[in-house]
Amino acid sequence: MNEATIDIKTNEMAHDDHHGPAKGITRWLYTTNHKDIGTLYLLFSLLMLFVGGAMALVIRTELFAPGMQITTPEFYNQMVSMHGLVMIFLVIMPTFIGLANWMIPLMIGAPDMALPRLNNWSFWVLVIASIVLMSTFFVEGGAPSGGWTFYAPLSTEYAKPSITFMILSIHLLGMSSIMGALNIISTIFNLRAPGMGYMKMPLFVWTWLITAFLLLAVMPVLAGLVTMMLTDIHFGTSFFNAAGGGDPVMFQHLFWFFGHPEVYIMILPAFGIVSMILPTFSRKPLFGYDSMVYATASIAILSMIVWAHHMFTAGMPLAGEIFFMATTMIIAVPTGVKVFNWIATMFQGSITFETPMLFAIAFVALFTIGGLSGVMMAMASVDIQYHDSYFIVAHFHYVLVPGALFAIYAGVYYWLPKWTGKMYNETLGQIHFWLSFVSVNLTFFPMHFVGLAGMPRRIPDYSLQFSDFNALATIGAFAFGISQLIFAYIVIRAMFAGKPATQEVWDNPEGLEWTIPSPAPYHTFETPPEVK
Amino acid sequence: MSSNYYVPAQSKMPLVASIGLFTMMFSFGHILNAKTYEYSNLLPTVLMGVGFVSLMAVVVYWFKIVIWESRNAMHSNLMDKSYRWSMGWFISTEVMFFATFFGVLFYVRYLAVPWLSSEGAKEMNILLWPDFIGSWPLFQNPDPEKFPGPKAIINPLQVPLLNTIILVTSSFTLTWAHHALRAGKRLALRNWLMVTILLGISFLSLQVEEYIEAYTELDLTFDSGIYANTFFLLTGFHGAHVTLGTIMLITMLGRVMKGHFTANNHFAFEASSWYWHFVDVVWIGLFLFVYIL
Repeated sequence: MNEATIDIKTNEMAHDDHHGPAKGITRWLYTTNHKDIGTLYLLFSLLMLFVGGAMALVIRTELFAPGMQITTPEFYNQMVSMHGLVMIFLVIMPTFIGLANWMIPLMIGAPDMALPRLNNWSFWVLVIASIVLMSTFFVEGGAPSGGWTFYAPLSTEYAKPSITFMILSIHLLGMSSIMGALNIISTIFNLRAPGMGYMKMPLFVWTWLITAFLLLAVMPVLAGLVTMMLTDIHFGTSFFNAAGGGDPVMFQHLFWFFGHPEVYIMILPAFGIVSMILPTFSRKPLFGYDSMVYATASIAILSMIVWAHHMFTAGMPLAGEIFFMATTMIIAVPTGVKVFNWIATMFQGSITFETPMLFAIAFVALFTIGGLSGVMMAMASVDIQYHDSYFIVAHFHYVLVPGALFAIYAGVYYWLPKWTGKMYNETLGQIHFWLSFVSVNLTFFPMHFVGLAGMPRRIPDYSLQFSDFNALATIGAFAFGISQLIFAYIVIRAMFAGKPATQEVWDNPEGLEWTIPSPAPYHTFETPPEVK
Repeated sequence: MSSNYYVPAQSKMPLVASIGLFTMMFSFGHILNAKTYEYSNLLPTVLMGVGFVSLMAVVVYWFKIVIWESRNAMHSNLMDKSYRWSMGWFISTEVMFFATFFGVLFYVRYLAVPWLSSEGAKEMNILLWPDFIGSWPLFQNPDPEKFPGPKAIINPLQVPLLNTIILVTSSFTLTWAHHALRAGKRLALRNWLMVTILLGISFLSLQVEEYIEAYTELDLTFDSGIYANTFFLLTGFHGAHVTLGTIMLITMLGRVMKGHFTANNHFAFEASSWYWHFVDVVWIGLFLFVYIL
């Protein structure tokens, strides 16, 4: 290596420990700082929340009344499919990775993530993946329209050109998630402050560690699956085509082997967030810490062996149906342990109801509704009635919106003062919560009724008897959508103005992140703290 | 301790790599669609090349920097551990990737094809292809007009057996190279590493030979039904991984010649050898379940 290259490299290398962030846009483009990358993830997913939300509002507008309102059936299907893909891959997952980036190093007393440059790459790969996914709207034939589950043969034998781009986008998203998960695992295994034993880690760290393992286990399966779709479409293979000896049902098995753990990837970190917030505002330590850790691990392991409960109507041997029904119901046990622990944490606490606490309590109540309807669907014989109806839509939206999304809101309100150094506007926060709480129930609760009465999902039209509940749901959806503008305003305002936050922010909260100033300095824990 | 944990300064590499990756993938999509839906594909082909080259350029530069950091003692023990954890868990994702394809093989072989030939409770095949008789390997597909089946399959006791011997031997030679590195015997290290690389290249050449035979003599092609699909998917991805492993080992050889690595500090070498042993183990699975059984 000659002098000149070393010179360039020394420059690239320059250890900026004792400097602040770089000036200008390059700070964000080239950053290796876990806080900057966390911010990028969070702002990106906030933007995408409104993109996916706009698609949801197109769907709800179409369903406001029976008959075709504003869309064509083709465009409606594109909206449904892209709404699902965007919300899952570009909103919920990146938000959790953003929170992990910001909070895990602070919570375990690490100087940064273990592999900072790879961390930055994960983010930019996510961005290019989303560009590829969004580009499908401009491809001949329009965006993917076979649902977010893109079943065969709809998305293989009868694929339109945009499916190819969706597949490549999923490859990129998988790459980004796997790099993110590797980083999180190495960070947690390796960079804990002295004294921070595994059973002393905050639950958010624990749930993310388990989530990262789920990502490593199932993202490669999704990558393999879409690769086979790609060869089926372009190279004449017949993995999912019975004419050549393959099987379209095999697609569903592979998809849900990924897809079911995926829903736990979207909820386990939410469990972690709620388990951080409830103790703070109840002014009591978390009830049953150990059992929380074991419950999370059990849920993760069980989630790998329940996938075919999504396929009870697709045809499988009786033994298979019984097996998947039983394993699915068993998941309710560790989940119940968690819910009871949360309630026991609040029991006899001196509770105050700041915005994060409101969202966390709403999470416990509404997630439980979603969880219980899940147990109903686990019954194979009954599921034949529920399958592909609005009951299913109600179920998973209860898990993901007042579940995952509310936990994210709770987490954002909880840690925002630590990030920006300013208190958010509490009055607006409370307004945001109550509007969201009422409208989310107005949107999704009626779906239970129309679903049980037989309204099928993914169809832009419906028969007359479903009109009233659908009109209500649409009104709720618009109210919910507009309420989220308040959230965006609160967050952006707290970046620039507001009462300065103290180091502890809340009333004696537990955890290393509250031992550093607010806003958190650009570099923290360069010398690891001692944990007792 | 972690007070010395090396946090690199900001870096252009991830962004540039992402732009290259985007150009490559986006153009690749256009090329595939151009083939299947009959568009023009000149521009995407050029762009894909550009994207690939820029991505590779960044990857090479990135590794150079990491090597430079390592040789300038910027990596603490903890950093070394981070790399170890990450490489180990990365290989575990590769295991899941191959597990998917083995899962497909078992599913079609033991469930899908028997069901198609009316085993099990539901005699659905009567509606579709009443004459279909399932077998494995599957020479006659359910719809032979659309998917003409292969005439014959690769004889496992010729090239595949030879390849098994080659690949298993290469794992031994690589381990001897590793022992030599630990003992500071640089000449032995270099020689055993060279032998390993030669074995890797012979494996790949024989694999190409086998593919040519499959295509020209056996009508065993990628689109000739599910047997051929699983065969080419599994052996193809395995071959791609051997190619990557060989490139890693060649890089290691280059570094050994330059005098890199010490008896205690040679994680890149270890990572490459983990990867090599991993593709070796996958091959044992392939030989057993794809070729022999």
